[in-house]
Amino acid sequence: MGTFDLDMAQHIIELKNITKSYGTVYALGGVSLHVDPGEVVGLIGDNGAGKSTLIKILAGVIRPTSGEILVNGELVNNWSPARSRGAGIETVFQDRALAVQQSIVRNIFMGRELAGPFGWLNLKQQVSEAERLMREIGFTSKVFSPNSIVGQLSGGERQGVAIARAILKQANLIVLDEPTTALSLTETAKVFHFVRQVRASGRSIVFIGHNIHHVYDIAERFVVIDRGRVAMEKTKSEIGSAQELIEYMEDVARPKAGALEEGV
Amino acid sequence: MADTAKLGVTGASASHPSERPVRKFLLDNRAALGSLAVFVVMLLIFFVANPRVFSNWGLYAAVLTTVPVALFMTAPLVFVVTSGEIDLSFPAVMGLASLAFAAVVQAGFDPFLGIAAALIVGALLGFGVGALVVYGGLSSLVATLGMNFMLRGVILILTNSKSIAIPGVGDTLAFQITSTELWGIPVQIIWAIAFVIFCALLYNRHKFGAQVHVVGDNPDSANEMGINVNWTRVKVFGFMGVGAALAGVFSTMINFTWWPTSGDGYLLPVIASVFVGGTPPWGGIGTVIGGAVGALTVSFIQTGVVGAGLSGFYVQFFYGLIIILSLLGHRFNQTRYR
Repeated sequence: MGTFDLDMAQHIIELKNITKSYGTVYALGGVSLHVDPGEVVGLIGDNGAGKSTLIKILAGVIRPTSGEILVNGELVNNWSPARSRGAGIETVFQDRALAVQQSIVRNIFMGRELAGPFGWLNLKQQVSEAERLMREIGFTSKVFSPNSIVGQLSGGERQGVAIARAILKQANLIVLDEPTTALSLTETAKVFHFVRQVRASGRSIVFIGHNIHHVYDIAERFVVIDRGRVAMEKTKSEIGSAQELIEYMEDVARPKAGALEEGV
Repeated sequence: MADTAKLGVTGASASHPSERPVRKFLLDNRAALGSLAVFVVMLLIFFVANPRVFSNWGLYAAVLTTVPVALFMTAPLVFVVTSGEIDLSFPAVMGLASLAFAAVVQAGFDPFLGIAAALIVGALLGFGVGALVVYGGLSSLVATLGMNFMLRGVILILTNSKSIAIPGVGDTLAFQITSTELWGIPVQIIWAIAFVIFCALLYNRHKFGAQVHVVGDNPDSANEMGINVNWTRVKVFGFMGVGAALAGVFSTMINFTWWPTSGDGYLLPVIASVFVGGTPPWGGIGTVIGGAVGALTVSFIQTGVVGAGLSGFYVQFFYGLIIILSLLGHRFNQTRYR
């Protein structure tokens, strides 16, 4: 039983009491978030609630003002993008974080180039790996090749490059920040199909979205962020339906008006 | 795999048009090839204008002796521009590094020791300028302009603006290896070509080059993907310093003399070479080979204009003409993706 308890304690990643302030303005006021192996967490919240700040902290891009970050139960110091990726966390950022004048291959291997002795690139291996990844997510075309420039691709195709990069290494956790924003219906469907594939492979996902129906479909546990705090945290079975989640979100929004009336 | 989602049209990617060898080569190197076309057309015009002068090998040998100095700085400057920065301090770095070389040789040490001293000084100054720009959060345009003045001032203060003659260097092994002729070809150009090829490989087929591209293209993305953006930029300036040191050594060897103005004349021609060669000023992409062709073009203008029988007063006009024509050519040749 003892080992079982220990396993339960070992989340892939755990953020404890994370705060982030810009001067006197708090973007995050003490948020805790954990992700367990094989779990899909839906992160919901209004614009400016602090979702993107939270996942940028998770990705090591933004340093929290205070709080702890634990990987597999162990406290990590000097958290950075390189450490985040090293811990098996891959993030598909909202802006996709692509270098659009570079080839698909160079984007997929950005920061993780396949290099041999003295840092010389293994170009052939990079191209064949990129081809394999693109096939894996059904991202192939006669119109472009792994050496095509990302700037020539459509929005959905660019998202494909960002996703291919995220699954290059056997990541433990894939974070998708609004992956369907600005995509067409068919492209959105493709992204969702891909997310289900990743889930089936047993990897964890943090899915951030505006569309609550989408998030409800995909995730098993929901974390609602409101004004820099966790306003609610429930599993799918505790909620029951997407409609209830939407109603709850409306409740979260309402107290603002209520508080104002009380103040008067 | 039956349920694989298709993010694009399916099909074999092997027959992709840009994968056909000849077409791929042309597409991948269109900036460099464009610069080469400009160079060849320019040579043809000169040749037609004065066939007698331009069929004389001595004229080409003269250019091939002096152009290496520019090449040692043009190739690293392509890295700097690709990373989204600019360096205007390399002339003074060249001056200081070659001062170290000349001082060591004059003191009676082996020139190889002098070359080592120059490389160390060049690298230290390059990294120093880079660290100042990057960690000081300064504009590289303005900060390196300031450093160029300051380092040139240091040269003048240290030497009282006196030149250093090193006539004895001609008898040394280092001179034999770097500054003589081989089958009528100046050895300098062989070293310079080797350096340019090394730079081109570093640029296109090395982890450093790949990261320089990405940092210049989108520094935020590079940071998000775990690349140390600042350190990459500092390294680029350090590399520029090494190139300037090599240029300084070769320049001093050719002249048997170090002058306190050493490097000064290279500021604008080297910068022009990078852009004439097809590297755009906005960062993220560029071409080392194109830059080398650009350097060849720029150094041929002076020789060519005078050789073609025009007065020396035409040189500046043709400098400008070639730069503008090249830029217009590249403008229609390259789209900027955002």
